[in-house]
Amino acid sequence: MSLTEHSLVKEIDYGTPRSNAEKSVTLSIDGKSLSVPEGTSIMRAAMEAGVEIPKLCATDMLDAFGSCRLCLVEIDGRAGTPASCTTPVAEGMVVHTQTERLSRLRKGVMELYVSDHSVDSLDRSKHPDADLLDTAAAVGLQEVRYGFDGAHHRNPGIDDSNPYFAFDPAKCIVCSRCVRACEEVQGTFALTVSGRGFDSIIAAGMDEKFIESECVSCGACVQACPTGSLIEKKVIEEGKPEWSEITTCAYCGVGCSFKAEMRGDEVIRMVPYKDGKANRGHSCVKGRFAWGYANHKERILKPMLRDKIDEPWREVSWKEAIARVASEFKRIQAKYGIGSIGGITSSRCTDEETFLVQKMVRATFGNNNVDTCARVCHSPTGYGLSTTFGTSAGTQDFDSVEQMDVAILIGANPTDAHPVFASRLKKRLRQGAKLIVIDPRRIDLVRTPHVEAAYHLPILPGTNVAILSALAHVIVTEGLVNEKFVRERCDWDEFSDWAEFVSQPRNSPEEVAKVCAVPAQTIRAAARLYATGGNGAIYYGLGITEHSQGSTAVMGLANLAMATGNIGRPGVGVNPLRGQNNVQGSCDMGSFPHEFSGYRHIARDDVRSAFETLWQRKLDAEPGLRIPNMLDAAVDGSFRGIYIQGEDILQSDPDTHHVAAGLAAMECVVVQDLFLNETANYAHIFLPGSTFLEKNGTFINAERRIQLVRKVMEPKNGYEDWEITCLISEAMGYPMHYNHPSEIMDEIAQLTPTFAGVSFKRLEELGSIQWPCNEKAPEGTPVMHINGFVRGKGKFVITEYIATDEKSGPRYPLLLTTGRILTQYNVGAQTRRTDNVIWHHEDGLEIHPHDAEQRGIHDGEWVKLASRSGETTLHALITERVAPGVIYTTFHHPDTQANVVTTEYSDWATNCPEYKVTAAQVSPSNGPTQWQQEYNEFARKSRRIATTIEAAE
Amino acid sequence: MSLDKFVYMANQIASFFVTQGQETAAASTADHIKKFWDPRMRAAIIAHVKAGGAGLDPVARLAIQSLPEVSSVPEVKSEVGQATQTR
Ligand code: SF4
Ligand code: SF4
Ligand code: FES
Repeated sequence: MSLTEHSLVKEIDYGTPRSNAEKSVTLSIDGKSLSVPEGTSIMRAAMEAGVEIPKLCATDMLDAFGSCRLCLVEIDGRAGTPASCTTPVAEGMVVHTQTERLSRLRKGVMELYVSDHSVDSLDRSKHPDADLLDTAAAVGLQEVRYGFDGAHHRNPGIDDSNPYFAFDPAKCIVCSRCVRACEEVQGTFALTVSGRGFDSIIAAGMDEKFIESECVSCGACVQACPTGSLIEKKVIEEGKPEWSEITTCAYCGVGCSFKAEMRGDEVIRMVPYKDGKANRGHSCVKGRFAWGYANHKERILKPMLRDKIDEPWREVSWKEAIARVASEFKRIQAKYGIGSIGGITSSRCTDEETFLVQKMVRATFGNNNVDTCARVCHSPTGYGLSTTFGTSAGTQDFDSVEQMDVAILIGANPTDAHPVFASRLKKRLRQGAKLIVIDPRRIDLVRTPHVEAAYHLPILPGTNVAILSALAHVIVTEGLVNEKFVRERCDWDEFSDWAEFVSQPRNSPEEVAKVCAVPAQTIRAAARLYATGGNGAIYYGLGITEHSQGSTAVMGLANLAMATGNIGRPGVGVNPLRGQNNVQGSCDMGSFPHEFSGYRHIARDDVRSAFETLWQRKLDAEPGLRIPNMLDAAVDGSFRGIYIQGEDILQSDPDTHHVAAGLAAMECVVVQDLFLNETANYAHIFLPGSTFLEKNGTFINAERRIQLVRKVMEPKNGYEDWEITCLISEAMGYPMHYNHPSEIMDEIAQLTPTFAGVSFKRLEELGSIQWPCNEKAPEGTPVMHINGFVRGKGKFVITEYIATDEKSGPRYPLLLTTGRILTQYNVGAQTRRTDNVIWHHEDGLEIHPHDAEQRGIHDGEWVKLASRSGETTLHALITERVAPGVIYTTFHHPDTQANVVTTEYSDWATNCPEYKVTAAQVSPSNGPTQWQQEYNEFARKSRRIATTIEAAE
Repeated sequence: MSLDKFVYMANQIASFFVTQGQETAAASTADHIKKFWDPRMRAAIIAHVKAGGAGLDPVARLAIQSLPEVSSVPEVKSEVGQATQTR
C-alpha cells in the first residue's frame, strides 16, 4: 500500500481555548440550538456547531485578544457588533453570524489588511503562500479599493537568521498571535510589538534578529502566524505539504505528538498535534525542527563487517551480515558457554523492538543477559517507586500540572531537558502556583520572565538524601503530617519507625545545613510550603537517580508525598521526568536482566511458565548481567559477544576507559544504529538502523502514555529495526515471525497484565493509552493509586544519608555535576547532525568566578578537567549559576568525552552510575589532552570504510 | 579486579539494609543479591567468602554465607579462569 494515499490531517481551529466549566449554557447560533460549557466564547461555540466565523487574531491555542475585529457578530437585544472571540456565551442568547451588515463590515476590515500586505492582487494562485488571501476569500472580498501599492507598514527586511524558519515583515498584519504564542504557550517572552500604529512591527528581543534574541526556536509563533509571515524555511524551499500522519517525537520523554507533514516521501515539516495529550499542540526545537539527521550524509545504509577493529569496514549484503552475527554468536556460546553473550535494548527504539530484543536474548540466546540504557538513568526510579508504591512509574499525567499548587522540582532542568513540560509548568506558575527548586545549579526556572521560584535550595551535589530527610523532619516535627491519609493508605508501623527516624536531631535542617550548604531556615520554609500549600507535586530527574543513593532518594521523595497525602489525585504525585523518548517503554518491556515485561521477576514460576508456553522455549530463572557487569565480565573473560541496538554505551556510560576496555575484550560486538557512533569504533559488525519516521510501533512517555509511531517513509536502510532482530533470531535457529509490529504488541498484551487492554486498534481509537490498561481500566489510567496503593499499603522506607565515597579532597577539591542543554539530545548523535549545532557546538565547563580566579582561568579559554578516572579538556564558561566549589558540564559531544572523568561509583540497588558527583580539579590548558587526540585519531581510523569491495575474505 | 567491585557492591547493599533494622539486614541483603546478581557474580562472591571474605562488612558477609550455592553457572567456560568457574 502506498503511503501517499493518506491526506493532510487538518485540525479544526476553534478560535479560543476550551472552557473547563461544568455548568452548561444553551444558546442559538444562526438558528441552531446548542449547549456548551459556561465561559465558552461565541466563536468557539459556533465552530462546535459547524459555523466558522472568520478570524485573524484568534486561535484556540491562545486566549482571545479581540484586536482584528473580523469576527464580529450580531446578538439579539444587544447593540452593536461585538467580537465573537472575546464575548462569552450566555443562556438563551440568539446569535447571528451572517448578515448583510456583518459581511460589509468584515470586507472593510479585510480590505485594510490586504492593502497593507505585500500582495499585488487577490489571486491566490499568484501568491500561494499568502494565507491571508484565504481569509480574504472567506469573507468574500473581491476588490481592494485602496489599491495594492499604498504605503505598507515598516519593513526592515526578511529575518532568516534562525536556521529553521524565516520572518517576512511584509506579510505581517501585526495580529500579535506570535507574540502571545511566545508568552502563553512557550513562556519565553521573546517577542514584542515594537512601535505604534502604522509603524508597529513584530520584533524579537530588543529589535534583534531571532537568533540573537531570547528565542528558543520552539516554533509556537510559526504555528500561530495566520499569514505565513513566520514560516518554516522548508515550506518556502519545497512548497506546501500534501499529506500527513500523526506520530510521536523520538527525542525526549515528554513524548510530543506531531503531524509529520509530507510531500511525496519527503518530510516538509513536523507540526505539533493539538490532540496530543502530552504536549497539547506545543513542541520544542528538537522535535519540531531537528529531524534532518535522517538524511545526513554520515548515516550508514549498508551492513558492514570487519575482522578486527583496526581494519576498515567492508560493506556486505544483509544476508552475509546476519549470517556472520549468527555464526559468531553461536561460535562464542559453544566455546565460552550460554552466558557468554548478551544484548542491550534501546530507549530510542519502539516498545515492540525492545520487547523483541529481550525475547531474543531470553529465548534464542538462552540467558538473561539483557539490559537497557535506562540502567544509566532511571533504574532507581523503578526500584524506588515499586518498593514504596508498588509500580515502577510516575503517578500522574502531564495535565495534572494544571491543578498543582506547589511543585518541588529536584534534580531536573525541564527548560533544557523537558521543554514542553517546562512550558506547561511555567504557565501554571504564572497563574500563581509556587515552585521550590532543589538543585546545585541555578537552573533557568529559578528565575525566568514572569516566573520566580519561591525557594531555591542550591545543595551540594550528592546530598539529596540528606535534604529530603530534613524536609521530612520539618513535616513530622512541626505536625504537618496528613495523618488521616497515612492511617488509611499506609502501613502505620512503618510510618512510625520512619517518623521516629526523621525526627532525630541529626536529620534536622540545622544539622543537615552543614552537609548540604543550604540555610536551615530555607529548608524549613520550603518544607512548610510543600506540606501546606495545597496540591503538592514532586517532579524529579536524573539529578535524583544518578547517585550512589539514587534509589534511596527516590524512596525519600515517595515518603514525602505519602506523609503529606500528596498521592492519588490530580495535581499531586511523584513524577520522574524521563530522559529519552522511550525510557519508560524500554523498562516496561522487560529490558532488565531480572524481570519480564510488566516488572515481574524471572524467578516467578507462574510468570516464567506463561512465557515458556507461548515462546515454546525453556527460560533461565536466574538473573543475567547488567551493563556494568557485562563489561566487567568481558574484561574477566566470561562475556564475549554483544548485540547493541540503538545505544552508544561508550559515550553515554560512565568511566569511558572502562567501557572501552570491556568492549575491546569482546570477540564480537554488533552495533545496530543510524551512524557509526562511538561504540561502533569497537564493533565488528555494523547493522544500519532505521529512524522513527521509517517504522511503525509505539513509544511510552514519562506519563506511562503509550503512543503510536507511524511510518511515513520506507526505511532507507532496508529494514525496520524489529525486522533485523527477527532476522538474527531466525539465523540462530529461533524464528520469530510477525507481519506487523501490531502483532508484537498483541503478544505483549497477552503476556503482560498491565498491558492487557492495549492494541494498535485501541490506540488508533483512543489516540493514546496510559498503562495500566486492562479490564479494570479499559481506557487506561491517567492518575495512579487513587483509592489505595498498587502494592496494598504505601511503604515508608528509612532513608539514611550515606555520603558517597566519591569525595572531594586536596587533589580534587571541586564537585563536578553533569546535565543537558535544550538544543542537543543525549549523546548528540542526532542533534549534532542538524542545524541545532548553531546553538551548542561544543560542551563547556561552567565554573564559579571565584574558583576560576583562584586558578587563573579566563572565560572561553581551554581548561583541563581531571578526576580520579581520567582527564579531558574543554572551554571554560565562567558563571554564577554554579556555586563556588561546584562545576558543571554537558555530555553531548564526543570530542569532550565528559564521561572520561566520571567514575564507576553507582547506585547501591541498581548500579545506576553516579554521574552527578565527581570530585575534580580544573586547571588552565593549551588544548586537547593526549587521550583526546589519540582517541580522535583512533575514531577516524575506526570509521574508515573500504572504498572498493574486495572479494569476500 | 571485578571481585573488588563485588565486595564494594555487597557492602553498599548491606549498608542500606542495616539502616532498615539490624535483625533483617542480612536476610534482606541476601535477598537483594539473589534477585539482582548474575550467578557468576554470586559464585564469585560466595567463593570469596569461603576464602576468608576480605573486605566484606559483617552484615554483607553474613548475607553471602546464607546464599544457596549457585548451580547454573557451569556452562560458562572462562578461558581466563577466574572465580567464575565453580566446578
Ligand atoms: S520560536 Fe518560540 S521562543 Fe522563539 S519567538 Fe517563536 S514562540 Fe518565542
Ligand atoms: S524533544 Fe521532548 S519536548 Fe521536544 S518535541 Fe520532542 S518530546 Fe517534545
Ligand atoms: S478574531 Fe476576534 S477580534 Fe480578531
